[in-house]
Amino acid sequence: MCNTCGCNVTPGNAHTAQQKNARGESAVEVLQDLLSENDRAAAHNRAHFDEHGVLAVNLMSSPGAGKTALLEATVDALKQEYRLAVIEGDLETENDSARIRQHGVPAYQITTGSACHLDAHMVHTALHHVPLAGLDILFIENVGNLVCPASFDLGQHCNVVLLSVTEGDDKPAKYPVMFRAADLLLLTKTDLLPVLDDFSPQRAENYLRALANPAPILQLSARKGLGLDGWLHWLRMEVRTRKQQAAVQRAQQPLARPTAVPATLPNGRFERVG
Amino acid sequence: MHELSVCQGLLDQVASIARQNQAIGVKRIRLQIGPLSGIEPQLLEQAFPLASAGTLAEHAELAIESLAVRVHCETCGAETEAAANRLLCGACGDWHTKLISGDELLLVSVELTTVARQEVSNAH
Repeated sequence: MCNTCGCNVTPGNAHTAQQKNARGESAVEVLQDLLSENDRAAAHNRAHFDEHGVLAVNLMSSPGAGKTALLEATVDALKQEYRLAVIEGDLETENDSARIRQHGVPAYQITTGSACHLDAHMVHTALHHVPLAGLDILFIENVGNLVCPASFDLGQHCNVVLLSVTEGDDKPAKYPVMFRAADLLLLTKTDLLPVLDDFSPQRAENYLRALANPAPILQLSARKGLGLDGWLHWLRMEVRTRKQQAAVQRAQQPLARPTAVPATLPNGRFERVG
Repeated sequence: MHELSVCQGLLDQVASIARQNQAIGVKRIRLQIGPLSGIEPQLLEQAFPLASAGTLAEHAELAIESLAVRVHCETCGAETEAAANRLLCGACGDWHTKLISGDELLLVSVELTTVARQEVSNAH
């Protein structure tokens, strides 16, 4: 929903749009999202990503679900194929970005201090340190937290939520705002499933569907290198979609920037021209 | 807890509306917060006095309305109420639903104290 065209007036709140104050004091109707300042910055970030044809992926989970381990495995698998970068969010320490850099891709650490989530402004500031030109995928590893990060748009194209099998399979029912936002649910550490008889992937799926979320669910173990193919395939599809959409956007730009029209290569990838 | 930062954002919006309307105070701020917004109304209420201290909204009443979670079923077309973590159709039980209300995080209106219209026109 936006704050300009009135689409944020839902059947539930339409009556309040007409509210007037009776005592001669002026009542200003606003109907604006409380996070509109963040949303503006997020739209700005997204415009940057789109301009460069970069896929931005927001990784969210509770602390310790394996976001960084997944990124390490992903970087190793894809760094020859794509140009990657990572923005890390943590309250303190540079540990995670140091881990990623050891795998040979640029990583920028945001330390939030006491803030429990990343917001669009923090990511925007980080983008000054992460050159987008030539990049294919930017991973944003959010602060480990199943509550707050769900409320803040960063400008990402998709939300990947990790649920490790050492947590409960009813996490989607307990944290509906987070799991409703997932475009892909990854069940992680599934190599431990044989010894964790109280976690049922089927129950986790049922709880996700009960949130009316049709997102695909994949099982993997980054440590053991199990099940990564499905995740890597999903990423490749997303990159392809993003490049195609970026190409359409460039083609639709006025002739003032004729060099922005992309050339299609035989293998279906797009070459940047100009 | 991110309610304090949301509250500060809210007060920035209110301050800018008050400035645009040359208000001298803010009487009431009306919000709508749905159960699926990710914001806890009680925590926002607790954060409000801290965040509003020293601003035009310092003595404002924060009126928060919570809307019910309602879904539209894409299978049978029914519109029913649902629980925040169980967005199934109340009529046929299917999960292919779209949320129609319940995720609001809206600043609905701001009631301002302004100098009387006559005084304003005299001043010009």
